[in-house]
Amino acid sequence: MRTNVRRNVAAALASALAVTALAACGTSSSGDDKPQASGSSTDAATPLDPKAKVTISIDCMPPAAKAAELKEWKEDVAEFNKTYPNVTIEGRSTPGQCLEPPRFTAMLKAKSQPDVFYAYFTDLQQVLDNDGAQDVSAYVTPASVPALGDIDKSVMDVLRRDGKLYGVPTSNYTMGLLVNRKLFQQAGLNPDNPPRTWEEVRAAAKKIAALGNGVAGFGEYSVENTGGWHYTATMYGLGGDIVGPDGKAAFNNATGRQIVDNLRAMRWEDDSMGKTQLLKWGDLQKQMASDKLGMFLAAPDDITYMVQQLGAKYENFGMGPIPGGAATLAGGNGYMFKKGSSPDQIKAAVAWLNFKTLTIGKGQFQYDRSKADGLPVGLPQPAFFTGAGKAKDDELKAASATMPVANFKPFLDNPVPGKPEPVKAQEVYKVLDKVMSGVLTNKDADPAQLLGEAEKSVNQVLGNQ
Amino acid sequence: MSAPTLPRDSRAEFVRAFKRNLTAHGFLIGAVLCFSFFSWYPMVREFLLAFQKTEGGATRWVGWDNFRYVFADPNVWQAWRNTLLFTGLALLLGFLVPFVVSLVLNEFRHAQGYLRLLVYLPVMMPPVASILLFKYFYDPGYGLFNRALEFLHLPAQDWLQSTDTAMLSVVIASTWMNMGGATLIYLAALQGVPGELYEAAELDGAGLLRKIWHVTIPQTKLILSLMLLMQLIATMQVFVEPFLLTGGAGPEGSTTTVVVLIYQYAFSFNQYGGAAALGLCLLVLLAGFSALYVRLSRDNEN
Repeated sequence: MRTNVRRNVAAALASALAVTALAACGTSSSGDDKPQASGSSTDAATPLDPKAKVTISIDCMPPAAKAAELKEWKEDVAEFNKTYPNVTIEGRSTPGQCLEPPRFTAMLKAKSQPDVFYAYFTDLQQVLDNDGAQDVSAYVTPASVPALGDIDKSVMDVLRRDGKLYGVPTSNYTMGLLVNRKLFQQAGLNPDNPPRTWEEVRAAAKKIAALGNGVAGFGEYSVENTGGWHYTATMYGLGGDIVGPDGKAAFNNATGRQIVDNLRAMRWEDDSMGKTQLLKWGDLQKQMASDKLGMFLAAPDDITYMVQQLGAKYENFGMGPIPGGAATLAGGNGYMFKKGSSPDQIKAAVAWLNFKTLTIGKGQFQYDRSKADGLPVGLPQPAFFTGAGKAKDDELKAASATMPVANFKPFLDNPVPGKPEPVKAQEVYKVLDKVMSGVLTNKDADPAQLLGEAEKSVNQVLGNQ
Repeated sequence: MSAPTLPRDSRAEFVRAFKRNLTAHGFLIGAVLCFSFFSWYPMVREFLLAFQKTEGGATRWVGWDNFRYVFADPNVWQAWRNTLLFTGLALLLGFLVPFVVSLVLNEFRHAQGYLRLLVYLPVMMPPVASILLFKYFYDPGYGLFNRALEFLHLPAQDWLQSTDTAMLSVVIASTWMNMGGATLIYLAALQGVPGELYEAAELDGAGLLRKIWHVTIPQTKLILSLMLLMQLIATMQVFVEPFLLTGGAGPEGSTTTVVVLIYQYAFSFNQYGGAAALGLCLLVLLAGFSALYVRLSRDNEN
């Protein structure tokens, strides 16, 4: 008897453990449940039938800590469900940064992304390499996204590969020169007219650094690939390129040299860039939010970060176009659709994203509501509408602005054409980080040698497989 | 416990033994499953990944291509050089300093307990907190170290921001964080050295240095060599310190170590194959050291 009991206990224990282990291993994916209800149509061009019963999971729902955004998300789901009562939107939220690149890469590898997943524009290659996204060209049409004609074609093109569309944008940016208005005024500079060339940047940085008290005029990154990212942006501003049309490194030339020489002059001759180097994304924002930094290259939403996370005030910041103004690095983010999603799931997702992120006056563009909820209105980002759509959006935005939008006038009045990031961007940036850290930490660094070695390495990276 | 005599059938014996230990086997399953899913399976998978490539959604076998990719990468040789430099410096500092500290501690008759605690305290601090602390200390503008040098009328250093001193600075922080454990082990070994040996040496007219050379070191040789190998294996895998102190790169990439590069391959470049291949290279090297370690510790037992 006794052994029986024991054996049963052991068996139960073993199977319980096995079950838990299996449960832990299984990744839930509602993408596998095909909708069974009537009303589903496999014709991609017809928009979602309101009778179709569909469930979609989607990430980057605002976390509880972002109460106002979450409230708006819920309101939007409720309103969306008035038109599509049979669509269930399962929002998933992540506290903190919603897309962390290492986690994103691992998620693709494990194929554990939700049906509709958030991604940066630059992620398309790795998403496709992991067979993660569905071609939605046939689903995204003027019928399903009425504002499609007003969306900047170059932004949509970033989400295309070989003529196939793999996502829809929710936000985009172009880089400009972010300035601390308070320090500009203290240094006797005009914050409404930020520097437009690198000579002007250097002169302004010198004046700001002369304020003393640990204030730096201009700041730059040099590690975690952010240095290379900014070198690229600077290069674009001066009309240069990182990777040429021949697929080889194209920065070891007079323009590339000019960037290094200018940084070296500011860092070592003028001492206007501060002593602390090896900075990465987040460090310059902290310096600027605490009025220790006059200028750096940034996207408009860096201001949101400084205000919401670091306690700064919107009126303290302004933006001008990127120095040089020939072209500027463009980026952004959007949603992609998991490979294997059913046609109705894709239609439901497109309908939801259209409502939440691509309709003027609705969802993220319902500015009067954002203002009432205490959220910032007035940043020049997202900026993917053109023509009549842009005019309408600008008008609505201006009517509810919560910040002095005049501070962004130099940036908005001098639009610089956006240019996407180079191929193998992260690997190239890692190499270019060394150029940046070299010139910013070594007084005697030889620019020709730094660029020569970087060129060799980048060509190796580009030629490697 | 008088068991009735049973037929000496080995199969029945085995079944009986198995049944007798069924509960034990049940309990073992948890551990086995845990190890299989989170340790053994990932190891096998890594081995497979090193010979595969996923591109355009298709995974295919590519033979030694990932290894070729790794060895064609200009960052790899720098990473190995950096790792060896870290290992060399970390052994020099991380081996000598705790040994000397334990020698000194061993001489104290009073307050040894408190001093032991003091030495061990940094180990109890979360590594990230210690590293952030050092990051502030090293800052060339407002950092503690340069202020101290200034006070002593010594020239200020660039610490993490110079290719010459970046790795040394990482090693100093790492040694401070990790030396507590080694110090305690050496101290225990020193206290196991019989006092008569020192008395005999003293009678023979040996001074302090000769006592250390002829008594202490021979008596603790095995512990010393084991610790050396353990530190060698640990320092070759250094990741947290350079990753947090210098953004995984340092000036001109001078603190990118092999494991940092493996991480970047996988999570920055989406090159899992390259990451796995480089990981295997490191594994082979460390397996060699580990074999030596096992051999030494077996000698120690005999």
